[in-house]
Amino acid sequence: MFTLLLYHLRHQGILVGTHEWLTFLKGVHKRLAYNLDSLYQLGRTTLCKTEAEFDAFDQGFLEAFEGVEIAEVLFEQMIHQQLQQWLENAKRAEGELVEPDIPIDKLMEELEKRIQEQTKRHDGGSRWVGTGGRSPFGHSGRASHGIRVGGQSKNRSAIAVAGERKWQAYRKDNTLDIRDLQLVIKQLRQLTPTGEWQLNVDQTIRKTVANGGEIELEFAREKKNRLHLVLLLDSGGSMEAHARMVEQFFTAFSESKGFKTFQSWHFHNVPYGRFFTDNKTETIDNLLQQWTVHHRVVWVGDACMAPYELFSPTYHSNMRGIDWIRRIVEKCPQSIWLNPEKPRFWNHPTIEGIGQVVKMFPLTIDGLSKGVQQLR
Amino acid sequence: MQQFKGTEEYIADDGLLADVNAAIVLEKPLLVRGEPGTGKTMLAEAISKALNKRLIRWHVKSTTKAQEGLYTYDVVQRLNDSRFGGGDVGNIGHYIKMGPLGEAFSSPEQVIVLIDEIDKADIEFPNDLLRELDEMAFFIPETNETIVAKMRPIVLITSNAEKELPDAFLRRCLFHYIDFPSPERMRAIVGAHYPTMNNDLVQVAIDKFYRLRQVDGLRKKPSSSELLDWLAVLVRMGASAELIRQEMPLLSTLIKREQDVALLKQLRARRRF
Repeated sequence: MFTLLLYHLRHQGILVGTHEWLTFLKGVHKRLAYNLDSLYQLGRTTLCKTEAEFDAFDQGFLEAFEGVEIAEVLFEQMIHQQLQQWLENAKRAEGELVEPDIPIDKLMEELEKRIQEQTKRHDGGSRWVGTGGRSPFGHSGRASHGIRVGGQSKNRSAIAVAGERKWQAYRKDNTLDIRDLQLVIKQLRQLTPTGEWQLNVDQTIRKTVANGGEIELEFAREKKNRLHLVLLLDSGGSMEAHARMVEQFFTAFSESKGFKTFQSWHFHNVPYGRFFTDNKTETIDNLLQQWTVHHRVVWVGDACMAPYELFSPTYHSNMRGIDWIRRIVEKCPQSIWLNPEKPRFWNHPTIEGIGQVVKMFPLTIDGLSKGVQQLR
Repeated sequence: MQQFKGTEEYIADDGLLADVNAAIVLEKPLLVRGEPGTGKTMLAEAISKALNKRLIRWHVKSTTKAQEGLYTYDVVQRLNDSRFGGGDVGNIGHYIKMGPLGEAFSSPEQVIVLIDEIDKADIEFPNDLLRELDEMAFFIPETNETIVAKMRPIVLITSNAEKELPDAFLRRCLFHYIDFPSPERMRAIVGAHYPTMNNDLVQVAIDKFYRLRQVDGLRKKPSSSELLDWLAVLVRMGASAELIRQEMPLLSTLIKREQDVALLKQLRARRRF
C-alpha cells in the first residue's frame, strides 16, 4: 500500500524525498491516520511542499485509493499491519529479526534503503485494492480479489475531495506570474566584485568593538551584476494566442533590474537578416558585432511554421532561417529557446529542427528555471 | 499529548486542526501559507490560548538575520562598561541576549514559537535556521555554551508565498495552505470585526465581493482585509443594501490595479458585472 501511494505520487510528479516519506510513515506509526480522510490529510501535510502540488497529490491519492471502502475500525488495523509488514520486509532485507517495538529512528534508517529499492522495482500501475491478484493486500494473506469491507462509510469523502480537483488552479506548471518569473530571473545574477577596495566602516566598527577596542580595519569591494541579456521574441501570427503570456514574460524581464545590459528584439516566425522593435530595425550582422560570447540569449517563440520558412533559402538570400539561428547561437552559445506550446505538441519538423540548434524549454515557471540553469 | 481543537474565537476547519496536531505529534515545524488576511498569525495565538502555552513571536523583516533569532552579543555595551565602569565585564554571558528561538529553547516548559512572515527575509534566511530547527539546539562560541531545548517548542511558520522557500527547508516542515474563507466563514469573520453591522448590508456586500473575486482575468483578487475596509467605508458613507446591490460603490477600495479597473469598466459597460 505504501509503495503504491509513493509510486502514484511520484508518477504525478511530486518529488517525494526520503525525508518527507519517513515523516509520513512516522505519522502513521504514531496513529495519526485512522481512516482514509486522515491518511489523506497526513499525506498532504507531510508530502506536499506547496499548494501547487495539491492537485497532483489529489490525483495520485485518487489513483491509489479510488473505489476503496473500508470501515474505520478495520482501517486502523490494516494500515498498521501494512506498516508492520513493510518494516518486517525491510528488516528481513537487512537479515535481522523483527523486534516488536523498534525505535523509530532505527526503523527509518532501514526503511530508507527499502524505499529506493521499491520504487525502482515497482513498474505496474495497479491499485491498492484491485481486482487482479496484484494488490499488496494479497501478500498479507487476505482475499486475492480485492477487499471491500463495510458498506457506506465516511471514508469515501477523502476520495470525493480528491476528485474535485479544487486545487487545479494552484498548479505551477501551467501558470506564469510576474513575481514568480522575476524570482527565477534573479538567479541569473552574476555578481562579481568590481572597483576599488574601500573601507567598510560598519564592519570596521563591529570588528573593533568585538576586539575589545583594538582597531581592526575591514575592506570590501562593491558587487555588480555583469550579465548581458538579449531577449528575442517571435511576433508572428501564430503567437497571437500566447500574447498575454509573452507580455507577462517580457514585463518580468524588463522590470528585473541589475543586468549590465538588456535589449529585446522581435522577429516573425524565424529571423531573416534583421531584427526590429516598435520603431527601428537593425541588421543581425550589426548586432552580432556588438554581442559577445558573454551575452545570454533567450528566444521566445512557438517555433511552429511551414517547413520551407525554416529550411529553404529565400529569393534574396541563400541563408536559410535555420542558418540565421545557428549563426547567432554560434556567436552566443549560451542561448535557450522558450516555447509557449506544450511539449506534447513538439513533434513538429520545425520545432524539432530548431530544438537541435537551441536547447528548448516550455514557457512555464518550471521551464524557465531549467533554462536559467542552462544560462548560468 | 495535548490536542488542539480550536478556540471560541478561532474556528479552524478539520484539515487545519489535523495538521496542527500532526506537527505537535511529529515535532516538526508547521509552515502555514495563504493569502493575506486568512488568519495565519491568529492561528498561533489560538493554539497558545487553547493549549495554555506561552507564545513567543518573531516578526521577520527584510533585514532580519537568522542569528538574531538565536542570540545577540551586545559588544557595544560591554565595551562601554569596560571603558567607563559598571557591569560584570569579565562575564560575557552577561552581554548575551537570547532571541526568540533562544528564549524558547531555554524555557523550562514547552512554548509556542511563531516565525511570522518568513518570506520577508533574505532568500538564504530559512537555510540558516535548518540545523537549529532540526536539532533544537545551538552553540554560543563567545561563552562556549550549547543551548539545547529542554522541551521542543511547537514551531509555527507563516509565509505569504511571496518568495519560494528553499527545498531543504520545506522538506523539514509540515505544510498547510489556508484556503480563502468560504462566504459562510467570511460572514463569521466580518461578524467578529463589526458585531453591530446591519445583517442585510453585510450579506449583500459579501455576495458582491465573492462575485467580484470570480471575475475572470482579474490580476489581483481583493482580500478579506480589503472587504473589511470596504464595509467600513460603506457604513460611514451611509450606503444602503439596495445601493450596494445596484451600484457597488467605492470599488476602488477593493480593486487597485489599473488593468483590473479597466477590465471591470469594460464588463460593466457590457452589463456583465
